[in-house]
Amino acid sequence: MSEMSWTLIKFGLVLVGLLQVVPIMLWVERRGSALMQNRLGPNRIGPLGLFHAICDTVKFIFKEDPIPSHVDRFYYLLAPIVCVIPAFMTFAVIPFASSITIDGQVINFQVADLNVGILYIFAIASLGVYGIMMAGWASNNKYALLGSVRSSAQMISYEISMALSIVGILMIYSSVKLGDIARLQGETLVQLGSVAIPKWGIFVQPLGLIIFTTAAFAETNRLPFDLPEGESEIVAGYHLEYGSMKFALFMMAEYLNMTVASAVISTLFFGGWQLLPGMQFALDALAFDGMNREWARIAFEVMSFTIKVAFFMWVFVWVRWTLPRFRYDQLMSLGWKGMLPLSLLNIVITAGLIALGVI
Amino acid sequence: MLVTRKTGFLQKGYMIEVFKGLFITMKHFFFSKKVTIQFPEERREYSNRFRGLHYIKAVNGVENCTACMLCPTVCPAECIHIVAGERDDKEKYPVKFEIDVLRCCFCGMCEEACPKDAIKLSNIYEMSIRERRVYDKDFLVEQRGSK
Repeated sequence: MSEMSWTLIKFGLVLVGLLQVVPIMLWVERRGSALMQNRLGPNRIGPLGLFHAICDTVKFIFKEDPIPSHVDRFYYLLAPIVCVIPAFMTFAVIPFASSITIDGQVINFQVADLNVGILYIFAIASLGVYGIMMAGWASNNKYALLGSVRSSAQMISYEISMALSIVGILMIYSSVKLGDIARLQGETLVQLGSVAIPKWGIFVQPLGLIIFTTAAFAETNRLPFDLPEGESEIVAGYHLEYGSMKFALFMMAEYLNMTVASAVISTLFFGGWQLLPGMQFALDALAFDGMNREWARIAFEVMSFTIKVAFFMWVFVWVRWTLPRFRYDQLMSLGWKGMLPLSLLNIVITAGLIALGVI
Repeated sequence: MLVTRKTGFLQKGYMIEVFKGLFITMKHFFFSKKVTIQFPEERREYSNRFRGLHYIKAVNGVENCTACMLCPTVCPAECIHIVAGERDDKEKYPVKFEIDVLRCCFCGMCEEACPKDAIKLSNIYEMSIRERRVYDKDFLVEQRGSK
């Protein structure tokens, strides 16, 4: 098969996979929050209430879709699209398995292996704020505008520390291509007896991980940094004037951003598609040979990548139902006075360690 | 009032406190007893004094009510309408006994006022209806409770 058709297949897989994430996460969010608050949550339709998401979707589609008379129609209709498309686009450069050779043709399991890699993710992810800003402005509503203004201030503040926090990672692996970063994390960092600690980002950049994760929470507008929505303060923030499927698009964008953030965290700091501990034994025990073995390896890699992403998605939900919202000034002082100096410190320490030849 | 809380160095660093909080929510997630009552299957136990849907107590198929008009007099919502009549044995009885249940505030004063133990409030609380309905005498003499 040609390069093009493989790309189309991978594109289709990623797109369909991402679309499945949203209803599943809706269910996880509702059930998870309920169980944490000593409730049961939706459990009526389907096993464990899994089909509630389908009912939600049907409800969203068939709801009345009014356009308020006081809005700026063009930008009002454009905003949800501008929000949701960057969320889909960012996943393009994330590798979800290593490569496989079929008839001398090397196939990378990554929709596009761009040479700008992680920078592409930052560039596209920051476009999402335009959608939010547009929604807030076009809604012609003071709460919506407040939400979007907060959102843009927050995104700009946290993008800086987010970008700086991964400079350490880039220095260590000397590449911005996510495929290379994921591959290099398979190397052994230290050998403790029979246990080999891999060179995962978490072991070489623990401070970077904390800063990046915190910034990712802020970038995706999730609690404890959900000031753009802030139900108790500004009603619903930027998507206040939206209903039906247009609101659903904003929600989709939020969950897709979460997925991308989780995928980036697992790719940069947890080895991406590198097999989880114990999976290598399972793969050897299956004892396939030839091409089957290669495909089994790919399947295991996709599985371990999915498990890692799913775990971080759960962390997003878990943190949301644990921590209260930051106050606006505290958010800003944490971003500028706490995380920015820490990320600069991280760069200096990493540079020093590399110069000394430790990492 | 200005409240000053003692925050140590570790609390100011957020991270340890955040992880403590995460473990608390996880503890609730797995181990705590869930308080949800799954309504149609499980029901909350209400006491016998619960004031729900009305009924008129009947003995041997004859309602206790003698149309003394004490309940429509005492009713603060003015939702009880009685038309009195005379039976063949000269006994007074309600020809019409209607309760406009959408006006009723379920205060139970009719039950208290009744000298004949006729009007009673049962334990039934599922009364949602699609259209406005006035409960008439035929409906009310069905024995819905055990008071």
